[in-house]
Amino acid sequence: MLANAWVIPAITFVSFWLILFFGKRLPYKGAEIGVTALALAFFLSLATAGAWVSRPADFEVEPPVKTGESNVHEEEHAIAAAVESEEHAPNGHDAPAPSGEDHGAEEHHEPIREAVQREVTWFENGQVTIKAGIHIDGLAVSLLVVVSLISLLVHVFSTSYMHGDERFTHYFAALSLFTTGMFVLVTASNTLQALFGWELMGLCSFMLIGHWWEDSKNSNAALKAFFTTRTGDVGLLVGISILFFAAGETFDIATTNHAALAGDIPKGVLLGAAAALLVAVIGKSAQFPLHTWLPDAMAGPTPVSALIHAATMVVAGVYLVARLYGVFWQAFDIEAGGYNPVAMTGGVTLLIAAALAFVQRDIKKVLAYSTVSQLGYMVMALGVGAWTAGIFHLFTHAFFKACLFLGAGSVSHSGSHHSFDMVDDMGGLRKYMPWTYRTFLVATIALAGIFPFAGFWSKDEILLGAGENGYVAFMIVGLVGAFMTAAYMFRCVYLTFFGEPRGAAAHHHPHESPPSIVVPLQILGVLSIVAGLLNAPGIEKFSEWTSNATVLGAGVEHHEFSIAAALLSLAIASGGIATAYAYYWRGVRVGAAKYDRGPTGVVYRFLGNKYYLDHLYEGVIVRGIREPIARGAYWFNQKIIDGVVNGAGIAARGLARFVYEVLDQRVVDGVVNGTGLASEGAGAGLRTMQTGKVQQYAALMLVGTLAFAGLLWAFV
Amino acid sequence: MDWFDDWALTLAVFLPLVGVAFMALVPKDSEATHKAIALVTTLATFAVTIGICANFDFDHSGTPQFEVDRTWIEVINSRYHVFIDGMSLPLLVLSAFVTVLCVIYSWDHFPEPHNPKAFLILMLVLETGMNGTFIAEDLILFFVFFELVLLPMYFMIGVWGGENRQYASIKFFLYTLFGSALMILSFLALYFKAGNTFDIPGLMAEAPKLTSGTQTLIFAGLFMGFAIKVPMFPFHTWLPDAHTEAPTVGSVLLAAILLKLGTYGFIRIALPILPEGAEAWAPWIGLLAVIGIIYGALGCLAQKDMKRLIAFSSVAHMGFVMLGISTLTDYGINAAIFGMVAHGLITGMLFFLAGSIHERFHTRDMDRLGGLLKQAPHLGWILGFTAFASLGLPGLAGFWGEFPAILSAYNPASSLNESVFRVYMVVAAIGTVLAAGYLLWMYQRVAFGVPTKEFENAHIHDVHMPEWLSWAPMLVLIVVLGVAPFLLFDVTDDAVQGVANVFRSAGDLAGAGHDH
Repeated sequence: MLANAWVIPAITFVSFWLILFFGKRLPYKGAEIGVTALALAFFLSLATAGAWVSRPADFEVEPPVKTGESNVHEEEHAIAAAVESEEHAPNGHDAPAPSGEDHGAEEHHEPIREAVQREVTWFENGQVTIKAGIHIDGLAVSLLVVVSLISLLVHVFSTSYMHGDERFTHYFAALSLFTTGMFVLVTASNTLQALFGWELMGLCSFMLIGHWWEDSKNSNAALKAFFTTRTGDVGLLVGISILFFAAGETFDIATTNHAALAGDIPKGVLLGAAAALLVAVIGKSAQFPLHTWLPDAMAGPTPVSALIHAATMVVAGVYLVARLYGVFWQAFDIEAGGYNPVAMTGGVTLLIAAALAFVQRDIKKVLAYSTVSQLGYMVMALGVGAWTAGIFHLFTHAFFKACLFLGAGSVSHSGSHHSFDMVDDMGGLRKYMPWTYRTFLVATIALAGIFPFAGFWSKDEILLGAGENGYVAFMIVGLVGAFMTAAYMFRCVYLTFFGEPRGAAAHHHPHESPPSIVVPLQILGVLSIVAGLLNAPGIEKFSEWTSNATVLGAGVEHHEFSIAAALLSLAIASGGIATAYAYYWRGVRVGAAKYDRGPTGVVYRFLGNKYYLDHLYEGVIVRGIREPIARGAYWFNQKIIDGVVNGAGIAARGLARFVYEVLDQRVVDGVVNGTGLASEGAGAGLRTMQTGKVQQYAALMLVGTLAFAGLLWAFV
Repeated sequence: MDWFDDWALTLAVFLPLVGVAFMALVPKDSEATHKAIALVTTLATFAVTIGICANFDFDHSGTPQFEVDRTWIEVINSRYHVFIDGMSLPLLVLSAFVTVLCVIYSWDHFPEPHNPKAFLILMLVLETGMNGTFIAEDLILFFVFFELVLLPMYFMIGVWGGENRQYASIKFFLYTLFGSALMILSFLALYFKAGNTFDIPGLMAEAPKLTSGTQTLIFAGLFMGFAIKVPMFPFHTWLPDAHTEAPTVGSVLLAAILLKLGTYGFIRIALPILPEGAEAWAPWIGLLAVIGIIYGALGCLAQKDMKRLIAFSSVAHMGFVMLGISTLTDYGINAAIFGMVAHGLITGMLFFLAGSIHERFHTRDMDRLGGLLKQAPHLGWILGFTAFASLGLPGLAGFWGEFPAILSAYNPASSLNESVFRVYMVVAAIGTVLAAGYLLWMYQRVAFGVPTKEFENAHIHDVHMPEWLSWAPMLVLIVVLGVAPFLLFDVTDDAVQGVANVFRSAGDLAGAGHDH
């Protein structure tokens, strides 16, 4: 199954076309195709995971060879070549390299499972063969399982949630295409193919955010999402181009990582590539300062938010860093500790977004900012060298955040009459929607990071990694973030499920949602509890399964679970919950002042205006380009450039009549070779035209032509 | 099949004129007959090009095939020398293909003042000019075809065009003729300086021996001729006017094929014949190309007229093509050829759509349009699809013209300044964001939302049969080329090597051989 994992994206791709062309004629309007395809994809993903887990761990990774730091020996190059060729082993297309075993290595890693790479020739350009294929390892497998499972649950959920929607069939077609994009990304063996998946998701995100495009609010959000991620994609295009040449004219990811770690790529080039790719990550994974599209993207249907804007597409940036870790590791010298751009991007994002989550009234916006914040954790984790922790958090977060989003969807579907306003239209819903409440609460606890729920384990690993790898400042950032996360999520729980029903919740008879909505919630709720155990101390299966040659080659360290650190983060998260409890449940207020007045009011307004970033982007940059700059350029075009064309003619008007006579003879004569018809027609056409203009152009042409003829005469 | 080897290219070029001869004999009133003749002729021409594909030796796409070399104008030693290779085959097929679709599209809506006979005759003459340009291997022959194209297009715009058609058509005609005048001077200079021949392969052997200064000056004339046709900034101002005023089919042919005559001229004539001239000019061509990318995009953003917007987008897209060419590398030139074909399909398609929207709403003012997806969902979806293709979405044809051009700019030919081209690379990449901007804003204004008051109760036809028939093949090709780029790259690569090798230093060549 490992070598045949390409069928997984193929299934959803076929499903897309089937739904598009036949969906409307089917009894369930195409939903049955989508659900079946995803069920199949999920089953095959599990089979792939099974095959991966049962694959013998017998692949020895040699220690890294760093030509940049030590003396270079020919032998070491040989090892580099050996590692590379073995990575491609099953269908290795590289020339057999000399074995490096006789070289005494200082450290040996545990043997790991060998990645499976299978490729076919895609096309040939510049005499270089570009391949397309799959690269399956623990990272890819874990993503396949998560994506297919959540996509399946979202499909099932949507059958009820989107019931009766005008464009139900298109919705399911887009979901299938989206899932294809994500599968393509996670299985891609090369960056070019990854770019395909990446952009395909961008397209589907656009289609689904703008699903209800009659309303300009939705289509604006869709455009904003596309433009912002596309801005980041400038970095992706540039970064991929740089790496293509740096790695020796190949898009292959394993080769690129290896070249980066072996020091075959000059540091400056690597830095350029990594910086460019980081821009792409910032765009796609909604990192500060390009995060503003994600909250707006909540204009799409809620299941879409759960799938695309929480569990899958937005983690693409994180995945990219994890995949090309060799490049980032070397470029930013992650091993050194202290500060680096990746860690700082994540750290800043997680705090800034968490602060915004406090001032939202819309439940989906709380979750959106929470997602931005948690993506910040993942990026920070990768930035501080905690690779496993970063992708493990990606893994667990997908479950509990999807659970929260779908929970919010369930609330709006059956509890608040399609409103997402927690302050005006919710409250007290726990009595009416027991299962929605329970699963939402479980997922909230998981997100807050309370033992032994899923988020606890992954967040704890991130903080531990930051502390141990010499990134203490980021550990503190993470702890502060943990406090804020717990507090804003319990604020959200209170406003939604506690107190008295308000607005729509009071007037529209809230009730529990149907099974197609509740069952996905229950499944995700269970996973929010248990998923973290996969990497709990003593089990640590996730680390073992996802370990790969790049990470070992880089020398990423793995840290033992620390009870002290765990207790600290637990205490801080509990503090956050306690604060929210005191404020909302018990009504404890610090001082009498309202928080939106006085000194705190400044902060509140600052947050309420989202740090004025949207004003900057939409009001200044976008409007600046669309209006003064574009209009200025167009004015320049019409008045200056075209003016030169017309004006030069006017200047020559005195000569015009005379020139016209000459031109008629000469230029037309020049053309006439074999085109007698042409000259006759042109002559007839010219005479009927407004002679003034003709003369101007003609004069201009003649002057130019004569001038050039003179030049040639003189110099050639 | 010997006769086919000898006659295929000649047939592909002159069959349309045979059709014209028949149509000339039929009275103007028998419109159905005219349409039938035009359709049969273009289909036959297309069939010939398919036949050429079928008999083309793709393993040796770098070597001339279907070559014919006959005496033509002996006094000036100009010969009827034609052949086809991997660089010209895709463009020849594209030309024959798009012309068929244009005939189908025109089927029951000829623009005012109607007259299918004249309109179709012009289209067929145009096809002869276009096809001929792509196979000519003699400068005079090339020039004749290159100029032959002007007239039918001039009349198409001047007679069947919009309100401002007279200004636009004469501007188009004279502007391009001006470029041609400089170009023919350069041809003459080549003739006198490089062995009294107009033969392109012959000049490829002789002209590179000219001094660098001479090459640079002669290249200037070629540059003007081709750059105006492309058109490159700042010689582009004829294009928006011509496109805006031209009838739909005229716009499609103009965008899909005519612009490619300029870029094709660069890779067939200017680069191989004057390598040192090309090296001297390349940084400037690259600069104008990236200015064109940004500038064209800004021009688009300022438009209210949908068709004028698409016209400006051509300036930006051809900027990517020219950027690829200016790198003087195999990657860049492959990207350029792919970009030409992709732009032909995609922008041609956009002009079809703009024409059909205009026909339905009698306006192209985007402020007055809206909610197309509500009134004509298929039309709206096709517009969305094409807009995404145009902004270079991976998986659709436009991507392969755009990304490889950006890629190639990172590593231009060894005689060019790397840093300069890397700046171009970043600027071009930024251009992709602006492309998303103007295309999606256009889409939002035309297709999203609800219909404006003005058209609330208008009855709008969705896509009808001639539209489906002419569009479906293009849409399919956009997807097919998007996922299977080898269909083009594998054809062009060998031929492109011949051009790119000239710009490789000896060391590069050794290295290149080593790599593969």
